[in-house]
Amino acid sequence: MQHTSTQDTLVGLFVAAGIVGLLFLALQVSGLSAFIKEDTYTVTARFENSGGLKVKSAVSSAGVKIGQVSAIKFDPTTYESVVEMRINSRYNTLPDDTSASIFTAGLLGEQYVNLVPGGSDETLKDGSMIELTQSAIILEKLIGQFLFKSAEEKAETNK
Amino acid sequence: MDNSVSSQNSLVSVHNLSFSRGNKKIFDDISLEFERGKITAIMGPSGTGKTTLLKLIGGQLFPERGSVTVNGQNVHRLRRSELYNLRKRMGMLFQSGALLTDMSVYDNVAFPLREHTHLPESMIRTLVLMKLQAVGLRGARDLMPNELSGGMARRIALARAIALDPMMIMYDEPFTGQDPISMGALVHLIKSLNTTLGLTSIIVSHDVHETAAIADYIYVISDGKIVGQGTPAEIQQSESEWVQQFMTGAADGPVHFHYPAADYVDDLLSSAKRSRRRVSKRYGQL
Amino acid sequence: MIQFVQYLGRTTRTSFTKLGRGTFFLLHTLAGIGDVLPRPRLILNQMYSVGVLSFLIITISGLFVGMVLGLQGYYILSDFGAEETLGVMVAASLVRELGPVVSALLFAGRAGSALTAEIGLMKATEQLSGMEMMAVDPIKRIISPRFLAGLLSMPLLAALFSMIGIIGGFMVGVGLLGVDEGAYWSQMQDSLDFQDDIVNGVIKSLVFGFVATWIALFEGYDTIPTSEGVSRATTRTVVNSAFSILGLDFILTALMFGD
Repeated sequence: MQHTSTQDTLVGLFVAAGIVGLLFLALQVSGLSAFIKEDTYTVTARFENSGGLKVKSAVSSAGVKIGQVSAIKFDPTTYESVVEMRINSRYNTLPDDTSASIFTAGLLGEQYVNLVPGGSDETLKDGSMIELTQSAIILEKLIGQFLFKSAEEKAETNK
Repeated sequence: MDNSVSSQNSLVSVHNLSFSRGNKKIFDDISLEFERGKITAIMGPSGTGKTTLLKLIGGQLFPERGSVTVNGQNVHRLRRSELYNLRKRMGMLFQSGALLTDMSVYDNVAFPLREHTHLPESMIRTLVLMKLQAVGLRGARDLMPNELSGGMARRIALARAIALDPMMIMYDEPFTGQDPISMGALVHLIKSLNTTLGLTSIIVSHDVHETAAIADYIYVISDGKIVGQGTPAEIQQSESEWVQQFMTGAADGPVHFHYPAADYVDDLLSSAKRSRRRVSKRYGQL
Repeated sequence: MIQFVQYLGRTTRTSFTKLGRGTFFLLHTLAGIGDVLPRPRLILNQMYSVGVLSFLIITISGLFVGMVLGLQGYYILSDFGAEETLGVMVAASLVRELGPVVSALLFAGRAGSALTAEIGLMKATEQLSGMEMMAVDPIKRIISPRFLAGLLSMPLLAALFSMIGIIGGFMVGVGLLGVDEGAYWSQMQDSLDFQDDIVNGVIKSLVFGFVATWIALFEGYDTIPTSEGVSRATTRTVVNSAFSILGLDFILTALMFGD
């Protein structure tokens, strides 16, 4: 084997490129950087039904993403869904009577948590609980309600 | 003569060795003694398993029966580490040289030293140059193995084989395919290494004249048996027809020119019939 | 019929024998790693022939695969008005599947076949046997460093492949077809998980690197030492590696992403 320094340099370049690739995948592709770089605080909210909400779903307010869902658990005593959200520390002025609802982006889009600030002077802190919640809108339920209602109306007009 | 060589004097003893490959018996209960400091040759026609014998001595193959003792140690009873320690003291020259093709001549000769010793590079350099000087190829140290002629490759391999100052060297067909000048150089080298370094040499060869010129003792092997043994002079005078045929190179003799076959005339006459049968057989299978 | 059964039995038996030999070979190789680690020079030299020489084929293929994904993904997603998720599609398919699998297949074709041919030729020219007679264990000296080099190179190559592919998808999707740049990256970051996607992808490529290098080295070591034997062994390396990689990919995917 010829031990040339060119060969060593090329191996070095190759390893460096590979590590750049791994870092790229970790930071730029999976967005791990969001966790590393930015401080967050955690709040929880209880929903009757969290629908298709998933871990990493967006948490936004007024249409701007301010955090993401970090865990979803089922509370076996109250039969509610407990959603844990990590919110960027830059947005630490949300009042403690902020309400949370689960919306769908577009007709078939992903579900996300929408926060609507209230008017209280106290703000949400790490570990706070959002009291006012509105569950996910379940499309099947809506359609069912709509059909039921229109059937009722029809029956009334036919009388 | 057979048992007159006492085992005290021999470095390598082969006792009642049998070895087969598939159904073919390569060695059938043979015993050989290789005396310290002497050049012992094993001769015989191609395909008699001479290389196999070297591999058995080196512990690369296992015999079916019998034993091989090198320097008082039974080669096939040793643990792996012990065998490797023994091999450090056994040099082997392969027919092709078996140089490592991705290293220069210098690195090839330095290879065993680098693998087995912790010598500083300056001392390795001195040793390598000494070994290369011994085979007359100090000037070729920067060449790669593919730039060497067959004879040079073998001499480099010889330099590598003596790098660790072994007690013995096994030569596998050292003269095959060499031009007269390289052949002469190799004959001279083997002889001088043997005398100057006090090595025990085992040569496997079918080149009668070169081997007879340097060997102290010769075994002639055929069909897995020893058919003749003795000093070169005794072998030349041997009464065995077989040995005579081998030494003189006669085309026909105890070893027939023809491979065993049915009678020639019968064979010719039956050929038409047979080929027809073969064709029908093949279509029958389809 | 009887001949067929006999043939089947014989083939099964020889394949099991070969698998057994391969396993012993692997154990021997793994045992040799301890002796190789103090000599990084040996691994470094092999990283060159295994990794650096595969670099070009991996990056170029990665670029084209990414560009094709960008193009195809755009046409399909724009039907649903979901071009914004192009980044997700390109990145997820590369990181989870195409990166590890395609780079492993290319690796088997480029580096694997070269390893088999190299080892096979060393065997045919008695270099391995010669080493043994010099009291040097050829598995430790020749095989183990190559095995480590393959194992280390594969995840790096797969990561490179995925990265270049994602950039290729970006070039086509954002540069050519006008997908929003911010959406390409942010949707990707929102949907892909470090643990689930990136780490699993790296685990896949490690497994593929392990298997492909093992097969290549074993086929070389186990070759019939003639020129025909070496050429057959090289072919077997590519075929067996491809089968093993694709089969293992299915199993790993089922284990990793099947909840």
